[in-house]
Amino acid sequence: MGAALGHGTETQVPEKRTIVAQASRGDRVFRGIVSAGALSSLVLLGLIAVFLIVRSGEIFGRFGLDFIFSSDWTAGAEADGSDSTFGVWAMLVGTILVSVIAVIVALPLAVGAALFIEFYLPERLRSSVRMLVDISAAVPSVVYGLWAVSIFSGAASSWGELLHKFAGWFPLFGVENEQYDRSPFIAGLVLAIMITPIITSVSREVFSRTPPDLVNASYALGGSRWGAIRNVVLPYGSSGVVGGTMLGLGRALGETVAVYLVLNLVFKPNLRILESQGGNVASLIATKFGEASQYEIKALLAAGFVLFILTMTVNMAATYIVQKASPLES
Amino acid sequence: MSDVDLQSPPTPIRPWRITPRRVAPQIAVALGGTIAAMVVVLLTPLAGFDGWLLIFVPISVVGGYMLSRGKGAVATTDAMVGNTVVLVAGVAFYPIISLLWTVITQGLDALLQWNFISSDMRISGPDDELNMGGAAHALIGTLMMVVIATVITLPLGVLTAVYVTEMRGRLRVIVRFIIQSMSGVPSIVAGLFIYSTVVMGMNRFSGLAGGLALAILMLPTVARTAEEVLKLVPDDLRSASYALGAPQWRTTLFVVLPTVRSGIVTSGILGVARIAGETAPLLLTASYFTATTYSPTEGPVASLPVFTFNLLQSGTEYSFARAWACSLLLLLAVFVLFTVARGLSGRDKR
Repeated sequence: MGAALGHGTETQVPEKRTIVAQASRGDRVFRGIVSAGALSSLVLLGLIAVFLIVRSGEIFGRFGLDFIFSSDWTAGAEADGSDSTFGVWAMLVGTILVSVIAVIVALPLAVGAALFIEFYLPERLRSSVRMLVDISAAVPSVVYGLWAVSIFSGAASSWGELLHKFAGWFPLFGVENEQYDRSPFIAGLVLAIMITPIITSVSREVFSRTPPDLVNASYALGGSRWGAIRNVVLPYGSSGVVGGTMLGLGRALGETVAVYLVLNLVFKPNLRILESQGGNVASLIATKFGEASQYEIKALLAAGFVLFILTMTVNMAATYIVQKASPLES
Repeated sequence: MSDVDLQSPPTPIRPWRITPRRVAPQIAVALGGTIAAMVVVLLTPLAGFDGWLLIFVPISVVGGYMLSRGKGAVATTDAMVGNTVVLVAGVAFYPIISLLWTVITQGLDALLQWNFISSDMRISGPDDELNMGGAAHALIGTLMMVVIATVITLPLGVLTAVYVTEMRGRLRVIVRFIIQSMSGVPSIVAGLFIYSTVVMGMNRFSGLAGGLALAILMLPTVARTAEEVLKLVPDDLRSASYALGAPQWRTTLFVVLPTVRSGIVTSGILGVARIAGETAPLLLTASYFTATTYSPTEGPVASLPVFTFNLLQSGTEYSFARAWACSLLLLLAVFVLFTVARGLSGRDKR
């Protein structure tokens, strides 16, 4: 039989078969279940948005854009809310202010710490320090709040005082009342301490994935450690650092308890960061929720919706950047 | 003629090795800077750690510069950057160390009393000494809600991961994107959502509502970790299973998932670590109750973080001691969970 092959005899080329991969019934059921499970997250995210806006629709309908751009929060006694006014502008400004302070402080600290762990720390200590960072990223915010209230805010308000004394001419550092506790500055620092481990963790991860060949090539060309970091590691890991920072920013924007404990909520847009007044949407919700009337609860749900949109925008941008840097392997 | 011994190989010299002689000047600068800064702090009005840091940083930077002088611009920059990185890392780690240290030292007192774990706050108030009352109600409540959240999230998270890695469904890019973005839903918004649905629907706070709010926050962690783990399964295993004629569902259920059993457990553990300390969503969904409750549907349930939060608000000395002890308990839980997760994560790689 074998001899017949390739000896000029007419070989019958079989007709090209069309391959049909038909899933068995078991597979179809399986795929159905898995898809349903996976799509639940999509549905859930949609439901969050829908429910928040449906339950607070009355507020948006009545105040419109004023709910976002005015700074008056008066809860009246009337059940139909005719004597109430709600606006979250001051809280929104405060949220962004505090989060920006946090990111400005945390970013250099986190990049330094990540470089330290991956490139300066002896290999033996590396895994324990990594674990320390991961644990501190998981420390509950109420614990950070407790520590901030009893240990940190005293020191931080004296730093604020120093800053005012030596740089008070700068408009951001001016104050009207000589009181430095419970300021956006302190809240920003506390948030910075909270998000530093998050940014460190993400940056460290990307730095450690730098192809060793590139680093070694840099050394082989006579580059110093800093040369390798600046020309190889940082360019390679920059998108990871940006992504980690955005995740940290998202966390800072939505933080409730720690900010609630160290910040004085005042319904007036305030950019003087050392002044003892500030705002934060999430803390507003936690503060007012306890004794809110039915009508005010709707306003709080509306505030929650605004916060949801804000953080989702930041997070989706972050996710986009990170996933573009590390695309899904096929 | 030549005395070179060709028999024994030359001892390698390792010029990059860190010898005491090379490190000595650096240690000298660090120590000298430390002492000099301490002297300045003691003699001048500058006080405390921040004063010390203010003096130490310039001394160590100048010292580092002096040490590397004469070795060329590249070496000098390298040394300066190295010093800066170490200093910055020190500043970054200092608050964490301070926090851990304070929680341990302040929390141990109350935690060492047996009644802190065995009794609740039904008959004890904020002014009662530490030998009365405890956090049993909060512990049981936290446990209840974490179990509810895990029971809901673990299957959903694994299904999501299977969808992304095994099925490679058409929507996998979107699902992955949504899961990743969901990890940024502010915890208080998750609480508000459950409040506006479950709590308003049942017309009361409950442990079930708390567990559901926690589940929203837990899902992204579980799904992402499970996905990472499933990606590690070698394709050979799948191919072998298909080659033996197994359909996809058998391959996934009986080949792929058992391979990463401990990885799946790890994803659950990391998820629990993520939610165990959440306060804000529970304020709006489970609220707080001073006595121990076992029913997840009948009224408010206490939890460790909300208990801590309430203790902080009452502000008495003993309340703060209890709050530190609760924090220590939470930190211990996180630590144990991470250690277990780390122990497990090595298991699947054979």
